[in-house]
Amino acid sequence: MIMSGRDARGPKSLMPLLLAAPLLAFMLAFYALPVVTMLMRSVSDPVWSLSHYAALPDDTVFQKVFWNTLYTSVIVTVGALLLGYPVALALVRARRWAPLILILILLPFWTSVLVRSYAWMVLMGRHGLINETLLAAGLLEQPLRILNTPLATQIAMVHILLPYMILPIANALRQIDPSLARAASGLGATPWRTFRQVILPLSMPGVAAGVLLVFVLALGFYITPAMVGGPREITLSMLIAQQVDQLNWGYAATLSAILLATALTLIAACYRLPGIGTAFRMNTR
Amino acid sequence: MAEAGRGASVSLTDLEKSYDRVAAVAGVSLDIRSGEFLTLLGPSGSGKTTTLMMIAGFETPTAGDIAIDAKSVVAMPPYRRNIGMVFQNYALFPHLTVAENIGFPLKQRGVAKAERAKLVSEALELVHLPGYGERYPRQLSGGQQQRVALARAIVFKPRLLLMDEPLGALDKQLRENLQLEMRRLHADLGITFIYVTHDQEEALTMSDRIAVMNEGVVAQVGRPEDLYDRPSSRFVAGFIGESNFLPAIVRGIEDDVVVAECDGALLRALCPGRPATGEKVMLTTRPERLRFTDGAWSSNAPQNRLSVTVTEAVFAGERCRYMLQAGDGTAMVLKEPSSAAIRRRAVGEQAEIAWSVADTILV
Repeated sequence: MIMSGRDARGPKSLMPLLLAAPLLAFMLAFYALPVVTMLMRSVSDPVWSLSHYAALPDDTVFQKVFWNTLYTSVIVTVGALLLGYPVALALVRARRWAPLILILILLPFWTSVLVRSYAWMVLMGRHGLINETLLAAGLLEQPLRILNTPLATQIAMVHILLPYMILPIANALRQIDPSLARAASGLGATPWRTFRQVILPLSMPGVAAGVLLVFVLALGFYITPAMVGGPREITLSMLIAQQVDQLNWGYAATLSAILLATALTLIAACYRLPGIGTAFRMNTR
Repeated sequence: MAEAGRGASVSLTDLEKSYDRVAAVAGVSLDIRSGEFLTLLGPSGSGKTTTLMMIAGFETPTAGDIAIDAKSVVAMPPYRRNIGMVFQNYALFPHLTVAENIGFPLKQRGVAKAERAKLVSEALELVHLPGYGERYPRQLSGGQQQRVALARAIVFKPRLLLMDEPLGALDKQLRENLQLEMRRLHADLGITFIYVTHDQEEALTMSDRIAVMNEGVVAQVGRPEDLYDRPSSRFVAGFIGESNFLPAIVRGIEDDVVVAECDGALLRALCPGRPATGEKVMLTTRPERLRFTDGAWSSNAPQNRLSVTVTEAVFAGERCRYMLQAGDGTAMVLKEPSSAAIRRRAVGEQAEIAWSVADTILV
């Protein structure tokens, strides 16, 4: 029996690899190779040296941009979490309205980021919808400066990244056995305590996935901060684009390497966190 | 009942529950006594679980009232009802240890940590799982999880314990052990148990009383032996144990015994009502209470007799099982204890069978 099982597994184990081979080849040629070549430039352009990296600790522009990028990502992630969790809960609890809520979440998701960023410019501009409405209502004397401020970037990015927070959380909530909430209630837990002691801890895998996804996406966001952000609130991706424009390939490649390393470090750290680690394991129970 | 008062009494009055105008429970009235072990028994869709969920407070009745200790609880949320509940799938919290699971209801009630630890370890003793407190539910077997669920449901000393098919997912051997343990626990705690199952054997073994449910109503309530010996309807006779059904026509009534004609023979049956002469009725009797008249069995009690043909004979170890056919085509089953001294019947053999009038019920 064992022998025949091993025999059967031999040819079978190659199947997944064969099925993935076309995509694998495509990714190698058009993704891995360009990324590696690009990253190589951080040590090879204009000459082979580590001088780009060595200069970073004294590079005040880089440091300001780096911290600003991290700061923006944290604000956006926290904002998306606070706004997204209740929506995920509503999506799972609502029976009749669930399809409508899902469409409302996904509709912006299917719209181009460029279009949505333009829409925010229209809304938040000096003569945009928000200012015009508030002025007409007599609530403002002078138009507010919203566009081209950090707040504008944060609002627009939260909006664009919300689905990436809501969907993993909703997925985790959906996997919680409904009888657990009933059991908690039957054992004397008020609705709030049931949420706090049962639902919230069991949804942590979804929260972790959502937070990670939104944070990493926010780190590399380019279009939205470039369009609605302030002129002095530059993010890493904007700085990279600017350096490429000026043909500073080596410096741009160094910044890209830092961005990639930051994202990878965060992903690794997330899997190592004790709480979230057990949460991930629990989900695969 | 020496310790009356430790268990809650539950009273259901015209309880109804409809989903989109389809009635799941269609008017259930039932009085459950303090300290009683009552089983709601019925096929799936009979409304037994819905009834239990309404008592627990997870479903709101469409109409009717639920009173616990003579106080209506319909408007009370589940977390204020102070009822222990064991779910079909146990519903243990996967992110909490066994001790934290059992301590959960105590924590909600503000019991101090030291006291909580003491009560939890006592509860673990009670369900024979001492030392399992630090494990997680996923590290336990199905039977152990069931015991933890039970410990969690009784640790806060509720006066009423509800159980929704708690043994359904376990294998037969384990189920029988736990049935006995639950009986013992019921006797020890003295609290009221309401138990839902579709397993008639389980219901007969464990319950003080059984309420048989069918299509949203209670078909019959009574002690296990009452339901088995005196089923009030064809449904109850067929659902609890095995039954033979004989179509007959009423020919007369003698005292409280009905005389009815079946396949040319006059049979006598017990009957609570007074059916009219000429009415078509159904007589029922249990297979193990039929005997071949030329066998070793005899009785002085009044008997019914019928001529039959053996259509199938099965030897099943401890007993023999015969399929019989009466002259009018009615199929019957006869079960006989197996003995080397009793002649076994062959298929196609003509025989006469007899059974006592006390074992014949008109339904």
